[in-house]
Amino acid sequence: MSRHTLSVLVENKPGVLARVSALFSRRGFNIDSLAVGPTEHADVSRMTIVVNVEDLPLEQVTKQLNKLVNVLKIVELDTAQSVQRELMLIKVRADADSRSHVLELVNLFRARCVDVAPDAVTIEVTGTVDKLEAFVRVLEPFGIKELVQSGMVAIGRGARSITDRSLRALDRTA
Amino acid sequence: MTEQMTGAQALVRALEQVGVDTVFGIPGGAILPAYDPLYDSKKVRHVLVRHEQGAGHAAEGYAQATGRVGVCMATSGPGATNLVTPIADAYMDSVPIVAITGQVASAAIGTDAFQEADISGITMPITKHNFLVTDAADIPRTIVEAFHIAASGRPGPVLVDISKDALQATTTFTWPVQMQLPGYRPVTRPHSKQIREAARLIAESKRPVLYVGGGVHKAQASAELFELAELTGIPVITTLMARGTFPDSHRQHLGMPGMHGTVAAVGALQRTDLIIALGARFDDRVTGRLDTFAPYAKVVHADIDPAEISKNRHADVPIVGDCKEVIADLVTAIKAGSARGDYTEWWRHLDAYRETYALGYETYEDGSLAPQYIMERIGALVGPDAIYTAGVGQHQMWASQFIGYENPGSFINSGGAGTMGFAVPAAMGAKMGRPDKDVWAIDGDGCFQMTNQELATCALEGVPIKVAVINNGNLGMVRQWQTLFYEERYSNTDLQSARRIPDFVKLAEAYGCVGLRCERPEDVDDTIRKAMEITDMPVVIDFVVHQDAMVWPMVAAGTSNDDIKYARDMAPKWEHED
Repeated sequence: MSRHTLSVLVENKPGVLARVSALFSRRGFNIDSLAVGPTEHADVSRMTIVVNVEDLPLEQVTKQLNKLVNVLKIVELDTAQSVQRELMLIKVRADADSRSHVLELVNLFRARCVDVAPDAVTIEVTGTVDKLEAFVRVLEPFGIKELVQSGMVAIGRGARSITDRSLRALDRTA
Repeated sequence: MTEQMTGAQALVRALEQVGVDTVFGIPGGAILPAYDPLYDSKKVRHVLVRHEQGAGHAAEGYAQATGRVGVCMATSGPGATNLVTPIADAYMDSVPIVAITGQVASAAIGTDAFQEADISGITMPITKHNFLVTDAADIPRTIVEAFHIAASGRPGPVLVDISKDALQATTTFTWPVQMQLPGYRPVTRPHSKQIREAARLIAESKRPVLYVGGGVHKAQASAELFELAELTGIPVITTLMARGTFPDSHRQHLGMPGMHGTVAAVGALQRTDLIIALGARFDDRVTGRLDTFAPYAKVVHADIDPAEISKNRHADVPIVGDCKEVIADLVTAIKAGSARGDYTEWWRHLDAYRETYALGYETYEDGSLAPQYIMERIGALVGPDAIYTAGVGQHQMWASQFIGYENPGSFINSGGAGTMGFAVPAAMGAKMGRPDKDVWAIDGDGCFQMTNQELATCALEGVPIKVAVINNGNLGMVRQWQTLFYEERYSNTDLQSARRIPDFVKLAEAYGCVGLRCERPEDVDDTIRKAMEITDMPVVIDFVVHQDAMVWPMVAAGTSNDDIKYARDMAPKWEHED
């Protein structure tokens, strides 16, 4: 198995997320993470889907996704040729004794402290999956009280945009 | 054209504009507003069926007999969920239908209102696409989009769910409308490089096979297929969905592949060095155990749906495109090339399979009827110009094997989904779409009891179909598996229809049809002729047949095509191959 990151441009319509996730479950494909949000174009949403499949099933995933009428475009983003980020919020036990140690790690990982209580701090950190995993490992000894993580979002490096052509097609029909 | 009207009127007007002449359906609360203007329509004939499943299968029969989009209509909740089976059936067999359902008022959606069901959610995995419309202004555009999606590319079912308030609201009807489907762009034009590559493989091949699926008829490409076959001399195999696409009587036709295919067709696939798959999808009923299927073959796979290519079997040459264009381009490319394959040796083997293991069947000394004989006689007397439909099971396989099809689209049945009860409503739809054709439903006694209520519709609407019930008193195909794989333990397969509960002749008469019965081989021809003479009423024939008749040849589920049996415990000898 190997991880693949798919950027999927979809029409911003009700039920599209359900169609995409239903397709994955029906065809027996596992989603590692899925993030969806608006784009620079009001009629278009962008999903970043991380799947863990072999190459052949990946081809099936892409082809089946392409058949969904509301799907405009699918691009597989290569790890080396794209910027991939996840966001994590972590609530860590930190009292007067341990707080400075925790904050030192926050600085090392270029994370941010977003809330402080007498016996805990909440930290915001973004990065690749590897970085977030490493961060969690170093915080574990202090006691992680709560953790929440977003799906991955990703964008290709360089000047080219994957949205240009699809949006032109959308403008024609509007 | 711009006019003020209700959403319901806009719906009916839009249906008229896209050319709908027949709608099968049943009214109910949420769809009621639509039925009022439908009552006045001069162009759309609404056929009041007895069960929504019947409406869906009738729409499928209509679509497959005419090549146009079939339409069915139902109310919200149970009306809509009763359409689920035919929608799933149409999805599996790529049949273009549009299902229109009423939905509770938009303000009530999500409240578990009376007769509320999330039918767009329910049908999401079994429709090509579906819509939930809650604004009257969207109705005409959605109808145009639904028909376009259903009919183009790989055809399939589309559901349009319309809330009651959208049907009741006043809107401005404008025509024509502009579709808004930026993400829907089916590829129909094949890539010329792939065509050349396919032509090269065909010229190099020593033992090629044309594996023809339902997509060839859907692309109206049987003439092109005929030309390709005659030009190259390559043997042709037609799947269950493609029966009739290439004439059964043609010398190059080896018959049907798969679980109940001919030894020649199955053997050809196992020995071939090149499969040219046209509009077919390597279904498990064709391939048997996939890892032993066609072990020597390279594969050229042409299909309009890219997702079918290399889904089950790797394609060496993938061709995405409409089969009509693909085959025409292949013919041109082959004509342009100088090399032609020499298949003399290949044909020598295939002819040997064909002669040694021709389709046959058992007859009974006690004078009881062999079901296969009935098929042969119907085929001979009714002839290849009729349209035949079938349910699912033994009778379906016998109908495929023994009737004899010469014309594309002359055999309409439920392939992928295997929906029992398909035959009668599909025959009704086919006959309404093609009133000029004789339409025979070949049904089993199990299937017939699932949907025979539509005989009432046929009798009242003047749809004189013929129904040949192959009555072995059992769920025959399941019984056959119990015979072969469950030590003859016949758990819940005995319907006792042979005890005449119900009496199919009386049942037919109760429905305003003519009922006939036939129990002896010597009466078969007369009974068929008698049925043929009746042209103003539906006719049901109760053919009481021997309950132990089995479908052969057979590749047992999950086994290799190499292990095909042409009769019980009788395996063909392949050695005259090498």
